Amino acid sequence: MSPLVELTDVAFAYGERPVLSGINMAIARGKVVAIMGGSGSGKTTLLRLIGGQLRPQAGQVKVADRVVSELRSRDLYRFRRRLGMLLQFGALFTDLSVFDNVAFPLREHTRLPESLIRDLVLMKLHAVGLRGARQLMPAELSGGMARRVALARAVALDPMLILYDEPFTGLDPISLAVIGNLIRRLNDALGATSIVVTHDVHESLAIVDDIYFVSEGRVVAHGTAAQMSDSELPFVRQFVHGEMDGPVPFQYTAPPYGEDLRLGRP
Amino acid sequence: MIDWFLDTFGGVGQRVLHGVRRLGYATRFFLLTLAKSGTSFARFGLVVKEIYSAGVLSLVIILVSGLFVGMVLGFQGYNTLARYGSESALGVLVALSLVRELGPVVSALLFAGRAGSAMTAEIGLMKATEQLVAMDMMAVDPVARVVAPRLWGGILSMPLLSAMFSAVGVFGGYLVGVVLIGVDEGSFWSQMQAAVDFREDIVNGVIKSIVFGIAVTAIAVFEGYDAPPTAEGVSRATTRTVVTSSLVILGLDFIMTAFMFRG
Ligand SMILES: Nc1ncnc2c1ncn2[C@@H]1O[C@H](COP(=O)(O)OP(=O)(O)OP(=O)(O)O)[C@@H](O)[C@H]1O
Ligand SMILES: [Mg+2]
Repeated sequence: MSPLVELTDVAFAYGERPVLSGINMAIARGKVVAIMGGSGSGKTTLLRLIGGQLRPQAGQVKVADRVVSELRSRDLYRFRRRLGMLLQFGALFTDLSVFDNVAFPLREHTRLPESLIRDLVLMKLHAVGLRGARQLMPAELSGGMARRVALARAVALDPMLILYDEPFTGLDPISLAVIGNLIRRLNDALGATSIVVTHDVHESLAIVDDIYFVSEGRVVAHGTAAQMSDSELPFVRQFVHGEMDGPVPFQYTAPPYGEDLRLGRP
Repeated sequence: MIDWFLDTFGGVGQRVLHGVRRLGYATRFFLLTLAKSGTSFARFGLVVKEIYSAGVLSLVIILVSGLFVGMVLGFQGYNTLARYGSESALGVLVALSLVRELGPVVSALLFAGRAGSAMTAEIGLMKATEQLVAMDMMAVDPVARVVAPRLWGGILSMPLLSAMFSAVGVFGGYLVGVVLIGVDEGSFWSQMQAAVDFREDIVNGVIKSIVFGIAVTAIAVFEGYDAPPTAEGVSRATTRTVVTSSLVILGLDFIMTAFMFRG
């Protein structure tokens, strides 16, 4: 069976600034796959390409055997109905309550009776542990709670492909494990495929099948979680063990530090 | 000399080009929104909600301003008319000024300040916090779901608000003219009834308020949707909505008045 998501030689630049160059990935159906890389390495951009928000300048992104960038708007929307996406900052609708936020996709895309919508929403909220918070407004939630609500909203329509942009940031260790398990369980229960962009090596090693490491616009390593945690590749070692020194630069490209601070000048 | 010339007028040219380009974007966006208005009518509840937030919330300021403008017209009108011994025409003066001119124009200016700016801020903030992107990723078109209902809510509210402004204004003129100063009540109303023409005065006034409603709301939603997704971008867009709408209202008013009252 062909992979659900397939990227071939994908290149992308914001204006003049190249972000991705020659990315290749093949994500099989039913898997939970992590994409890791330093801050600013283009992970969010990658998810946007998969969701059809951006078009690659070269190469192609295929989901379920269709080239995403060639979909016309009607087909693109039909594709997105089967896609769940958790944006990096949650992006809850601030004028709607928690309940109405989760109910939003159901109300927009189905004609289910309100009583059924209520049950479905409460089930999704229960899964993220916020059934009791249904009447709160987004402004009354903590960052971690807002992310959990956004997660419930992203899976409201039982999607075939779920994209998570940093689902673990801002969570305490307990919710972190809970959300991690949830991602895994939701994926298996829905028969979906999940792509998780994250920095949290520890949590992802426990729940994902495969990992891709992205650096400087390319995939620098990929393999199963077990392979990656034993990997001797310097890049992977640095990431998995959180070492300061290694091939991943902490600094955004800049002129030499001393020159910038004008050391040695009067 | 040449440099100075280029510096000064080159900038002007740039600005004109920029303005024309923006006008083009805005027009295209307006047409796009109209084309995507199907949802608004299929689910009219969405529009009703916007009529509530644009119309009902502007009601207080519209009513209070209308009353005061009418009362001032009562004083000023009486003052002028009394010199010619025609105080009994006060009702005509008050009613015609309001219905033909002040009602549509002043209520549109107030509407731009109260509802237009709120609309821009709301849409701009939804954009800045990625709510519009999130909606788009859920296969819900933000233009159809967020912009179009606001546009129609504004367009439908404006004529009603302006009619209420005029009605309250006439009452204000009555309070000052008849109750306070003591103009004859019978001639106040009967002359007004005889002189105000339905087609010439009322219909033309309503046409103006409809045009203003379209202009203000179209500007407000465009500025919101087009705002840079930052706090500063949204606040600048809000200011631009009020300034641009006000100028457009006055400009359109001049053009329409010239055409309507030629004869
Ligand atoms: N809209 C944009 N316009 C121009 N450049 C952008 C834009 N969005 C992102 N970039 C640039 O593209 C690069 C990749 O950004 P991206 O958001 O994909 O990184 P990321 O891997 O998700 O980082 P993080 O882990 O910090 O979220 C960054 O260097 C950023 O400066
Ligand atoms: Mg990111």
